[in-house]
Amino acid sequence: MRVGVITFPGTLDDRDAARAVVAGGSETVSLWHADADLKGVDAVILPGGFSYGDYLRCGAISRFAPVMSLVIEAAGKGMPVLGICNGFQVLCESHLLPGALTRNSDLHFLCRDQEIEIVNNTTPWTTSYKPGEKIVIPLKNGEGSFQCDDTTLAELEGEGRVIARYVGQNPNGSRNLIAGITNARGNVVGLMPHPEHAIDELTGPSAQGLGFFTSILNAMVK
Amino acid sequence: MALDTILIAESTPDTVQPFAELGLKADEYARIKEILGRRPTSSELAMYSVMWSEHCSYKSSKVHLKQFGEKAPKSDALLVGIGENAGVVDVGQGYAVTFKIESHNHPSFIEPYQGAATGIGGIVRDILTMGARPIAVMDPLRFGPADAPDTRRVLPGIVAGVGGYGNCLGLPNIGGEVVFDETYIGNPLVNALCVGVMKHSDIKLAKAAGAGNLVVLYGAKTGGDGIGGVSVLASETFGAGGSTKRPSVQVGDPFVEKVLIECSLEIFAEDLVIGIQDLGGAGLSCATSELASGGSGGMKVALDKVPLRDPSLSPEEILMSESQERMCAIVEPSKIERFLEICKKWDVTVTVIGEVTDGNRLEITWNGEVIVNVPPRTVAHEGPVYNRPLAQPAYIDQVNSQKVNVPMPSGASEIKAAVLKLAGAPNLADKSWVTTQYDKYVQGNTIQAQPDDSGMVRLDETTHLGVAISTDANANWSYLNPYQGAKLALAEAARNIATAGARPLAVTNCLNFGSPEDPGVMWQFAESVRGLADGCLEMGLPVTGGNVSFYNQTGSVAILPTPVIGVLGVIQDVRKRTPMSYKTGGLELLLLGETKEDLAGSEWAFLHGQRVGQSPDADLAREMRLIELLLEGNAFFTAAHDLSQGGLSAGLTEMVLRHNVGATISLSHPAVDLLSETPGRVIVAIDASKVSQLQALATKYSIAISKLGTTGGDSLTINDCLISLDELRTVHTSTFPRLFG
Repeated sequence: MRVGVITFPGTLDDRDAARAVVAGGSETVSLWHADADLKGVDAVILPGGFSYGDYLRCGAISRFAPVMSLVIEAAGKGMPVLGICNGFQVLCESHLLPGALTRNSDLHFLCRDQEIEIVNNTTPWTTSYKPGEKIVIPLKNGEGSFQCDDTTLAELEGEGRVIARYVGQNPNGSRNLIAGITNARGNVVGLMPHPEHAIDELTGPSAQGLGFFTSILNAMVK
Repeated sequence: MALDTILIAESTPDTVQPFAELGLKADEYARIKEILGRRPTSSELAMYSVMWSEHCSYKSSKVHLKQFGEKAPKSDALLVGIGENAGVVDVGQGYAVTFKIESHNHPSFIEPYQGAATGIGGIVRDILTMGARPIAVMDPLRFGPADAPDTRRVLPGIVAGVGGYGNCLGLPNIGGEVVFDETYIGNPLVNALCVGVMKHSDIKLAKAAGAGNLVVLYGAKTGGDGIGGVSVLASETFGAGGSTKRPSVQVGDPFVEKVLIECSLEIFAEDLVIGIQDLGGAGLSCATSELASGGSGGMKVALDKVPLRDPSLSPEEILMSESQERMCAIVEPSKIERFLEICKKWDVTVTVIGEVTDGNRLEITWNGEVIVNVPPRTVAHEGPVYNRPLAQPAYIDQVNSQKVNVPMPSGASEIKAAVLKLAGAPNLADKSWVTTQYDKYVQGNTIQAQPDDSGMVRLDETTHLGVAISTDANANWSYLNPYQGAKLALAEAARNIATAGARPLAVTNCLNFGSPEDPGVMWQFAESVRGLADGCLEMGLPVTGGNVSFYNQTGSVAILPTPVIGVLGVIQDVRKRTPMSYKTGGLELLLLGETKEDLAGSEWAFLHGQRVGQSPDADLAREMRLIELLLEGNAFFTAAHDLSQGGLSAGLTEMVLRHNVGATISLSHPAVDLLSETPGRVIVAIDASKVSQLQALATKYSIAISKLGTTGGDSLTINDCLISLDELRTVHTSTFPRLFG
């Protein structure tokens, strides 16, 4: 199974995401923001970082990268897509996911080990988890506060499209403690915390992020 | 202003030139005229003024710094030594590691966010320039009193700047220091360390060889920011009034630097450059003269080709601008096409601005007219050298002859109050408010970061080879005795690495002092350098490079002498490191090293407003035996934690809170045992079955050993004094949020 990892100028966690893909049992394929094809990948990850320096708004310029029109098209046909942190922001700017990520409520960049609860384990990225399973993975961003209008929030909640929530005190002011969501079809997932930084206890707070990467292997094998 | 060319300079020898405004002294100006055999053009004057500044030329420190070479221990590890952008050491398995600390003190006081941000940017480019991929940063910081209004302006800005720039570059921040003292109130210290890794064959140097090779400028366009930063800002004492000098602070764009890093690494990987230099302090003046001086000496540059953000800049301003995120490379004509292609891929602006020439003159033209024609060595490497007067300041005898007179706690309630006072003291309190603003996870190789004793990163995912780094300075001891203070800081940094199981290998430094024109400050500096050079020789650790920051003083008040020492060590298998704390109860806690009544320069004395007495003497032979003990014991230690500021009290606080597992401690002289800061001590946690093994090691290495107690429970209990972990944690963690929001 081949999972593409996209590098935009300013992407930082691309090598980490690729490492996690391999640890999860899949093959990784590097994709460049200017690429004109997706090199036959079965799924795509948009990793964290500061693509285009977060100029204008986080993810606002990346959505116009050539590779993004291919991602939008493939996502429309059901290809699994995971956006982590800045990748989540790009997915929102691309309208593959609703809502927006705004400045953390305390206005500081925040890097800490964060407990989250997986509340939807039916997406191709979350099947390795049990519903309600709690995991600890790094949260690290300056603009991680998930915001949307009341109608959208009701839709997300009503359709079970919130995939993960923060546990305990709200770290950044996200509505309904939302840490991650999925689209109506369930193949596109955006997640603020970083599962790729929790694939072993040596370099991360836990190995509990690995489930996102074993999930995608299972999803594609089926 | 009309263009000042060589022809005009020759025909108008008596033109009055503003050398003093540019920071040059009259005799320095006279020497420039003597070198050139005429008055300098305004562009030449601009170049000499920035390159002969204290910051760039090390003119006051050079005569002392040469000791690092003269007293250098034999080392097989040193691949590139002092003088290049950063030193490089061999860490085995074909890997070379480069690391260095730089100061960005003065700009960070004026404009905290940009000053700190560009401090990170500058040191990262130094590391990149050696051919290495930057893999981590650290930030030793000093501020005025924690509750001073100006600290509330300076600290949040500096922390946000360090984080804002480093996070955006994708560099994990793996450690640093935050220390408060009133002498830093107008002079905060922002020291930034970067470490990078490469293969031996990839080392790059700053030299322009081969006539006909091209001089290529790439990265950001040149603007009007940071003009004269090194001369106007970093090489003068701040006056009480006067202009704010804000235009002399550089403005950074980390996104441009991130792209520049990736672009440069791709260029290096294809072996497309002969020599390379980043543009930092003194900008193009520095890069062109150092590249030419590092090679055979000849270079021609067409300054009008430099891409500008602000087209109104004059040639002098272009030469002095410290605009960030720029690099200058020497490229063979046959490779320029590929070089340009890679820059295009990364959308990096690139311009051929000149070529290497035969001969030994650096010639710079502006629209065809020659505005600079100098021997580059006189600009870059043969600047003025001062043997400044030095004299032991009067305070030394005065403070050394006094005894520390502080209340010593007795009884459970006083001991509890003392432990809590230290736990919540700004210098010892939990620094999460700072470190949560830094990304420590990016790149996925961070093994240890703050609050661990040292930062540790993995270099190789297959062999698990890693490096550990610690930076330390104890300015209180350096104030009482600068010679011993430097040695003690060196020993502490080395110990902080060894507790984790890494073997110390090499040293870098950032020497922060007041004005070198004050004989007392100059004496502090000379003594510190002597101490560090002697210490490195004794410990067998080569100094690979460093940085000097003078003029950290406001009016006549200088900062405490603050030599920040960084030690890098190697660990063969990061999976086998010893962490700084334990996760279970039932373990034995033992203290390695003897505790004497060392309260002079201690945090306890500081909290009682006392900076008197005699600093401890560094016993480096014993420190080296302790390091060997730690490296051997690493195989069976559960945890090991260095004792430094705050002594045993702070050490225990940090250990029990790390994983929220308490300890029961029994001390025969609790006040001195808890508060003394005798150097060379480490707390070790081990399984009860390993105690005899540790005792045997202590005997083998002649290190004192004593039993402290056992781990477990939800309190820190010292004799009959019980402190719940909840209370201890609340005190330890509430200080920074209370002070800084």
